[in-house]
Amino acid sequence: MSEGDRSFDVLVIGAGPAGLAAACRAAAARAIVCLVDDNPRPGGQIWRASLDRVPGPAVPWIATAARLGVRMIEGARVFAAPEPGRLALETGAGEPLDLRYRSLVLATGARERFVPFPGWTLPNAMGAGGLQSLVKSGFPVRGKKVVVAGSGPLLPAVARYLRHAGADVRLIAEQAPLAALARFARSLLHHPHKLAEAAIFGGSLAGVRYLTSSWPVSAQGDGRVQSVTLARGGKTFTESCDYLACGFGLVPNTELASLLGCRVSEGVAVDDYQRTTVEGVYAAGEITGIGGVDLALVEGEIAGHAAAGQTERASRLFQARDRQRHFARSLARSFTLREELKHLAPDDTLVCRCEDVSLGRVRAATGWREAKLQTRCGMGPCQSRVCGPAVEFLLGWKPDSVRPPLFPVSVNSLSQAGDSGS
Amino acid sequence: MNDAVTLRVNGKPVTVPAGAMVSTAIAAAGFDLFRRSVTGQPRGPLCGMGICFECRVTVGGRQHVRSCQTACASGMEVQTDE
Repeated sequence: MSEGDRSFDVLVIGAGPAGLAAACRAAAARAIVCLVDDNPRPGGQIWRASLDRVPGPAVPWIATAARLGVRMIEGARVFAAPEPGRLALETGAGEPLDLRYRSLVLATGARERFVPFPGWTLPNAMGAGGLQSLVKSGFPVRGKKVVVAGSGPLLPAVARYLRHAGADVRLIAEQAPLAALARFARSLLHHPHKLAEAAIFGGSLAGVRYLTSSWPVSAQGDGRVQSVTLARGGKTFTESCDYLACGFGLVPNTELASLLGCRVSEGVAVDDYQRTTVEGVYAAGEITGIGGVDLALVEGEIAGHAAAGQTERASRLFQARDRQRHFARSLARSFTLREELKHLAPDDTLVCRCEDVSLGRVRAATGWREAKLQTRCGMGPCQSRVCGPAVEFLLGWKPDSVRPPLFPVSVNSLSQAGDSGS
Repeated sequence: MNDAVTLRVNGKPVTVPAGAMVSTAIAAAGFDLFRRSVTGQPRGPLCGMGICFECRVTVGGRQHVRSCQTACASGMEVQTDE
């Protein structure tokens, strides 16, 4: 790639709904735009395409981006920010890639929150969205018994998808109480389009037990998960299963924003125009706080307009965004994680799966910094993306500072990024 | 999308749809254990989106490849831990 091919007016990181919308709006204003994603295909997690290639909602956005000349780079991930206006990436083939920008839109999305309990590290016990994305790439679940547990509107969506793929979904265990779900359902009345979605879920889930105020307390199995014990109404019961799909809501992927120096609280802090606290850096979608696909889209549009200098067009979307934020707040209130989930893991349950560090060893430290030094908790390949939110939930510790590389990369890539590793 | 790809997991031939990820081939070949943790515990995929690194295996001699982010190719040799 020549020098000119690597410099862009607007560089967008993340090709989910927010990133696609941002790239399309910026490109429509004649900006030279590049859209990067670490997955093999655009669409993000929520619009991840299935192997059967049923045209999904990502298709028209991807087509628009292509028509407007957006440069798409797939399978590449950012691991360092050597200087303002420059990012260091590694391609899927392990090659270094250097990209420059005038404006940067971060649309790095969210990941699942995992809550540790005995047996959660067994093979075939995985994330709810995790199992869904595997099945979208052909992972075989036909005839397999699956228990879906955790919290949030993702659970029925996953259960529905797994049933469609032929899985025998035994039950869904939602930790939130029925009253909270009823409130959530009422809030959907203000969003008829979401209500229709909910109704579809309900319809195709006929026959699957949907338990509220119910959560996993342990998973059992020899070399893989074979059963899960769930709490409900002050008692426990055990359900046999081939797969356990557990997700306790979503966590914004704020690592790159933190590395760039953007202020992060619950998510990346942004102003009306989706500007972060760092000059020239915008953020849109789930990384600014979990709010769902419709909020991600409108935030992405605003960020794309603004990053291309079209502030007037951006401001016309503020009202639409406010409506979606209202929904996001209702979502967060309804699926608040209950206190009991903080006491599922005894001291010998692993919290850090990369370095096999137990909760007891982490708890013995005074905070993140000491836990890292004493136990290597959070120091493995995932760089605390799994244990970080778990520890924050269990012990209330805020994440430690973020350092490059954001992901394990080759020595070659590191050296190409110059002084970024220091 | 009728194409199929044949590869080998731990020496066992397995055929998956084109576009399938290596994680799919491993499960389709009947393996639940993808890797052993630093203390020897069996592990398999967790996040399904390339973040957790739990599904890493050896592909064509290259170690620590995330099987959920790597597409299957014809003749590929995949090795899990035992």
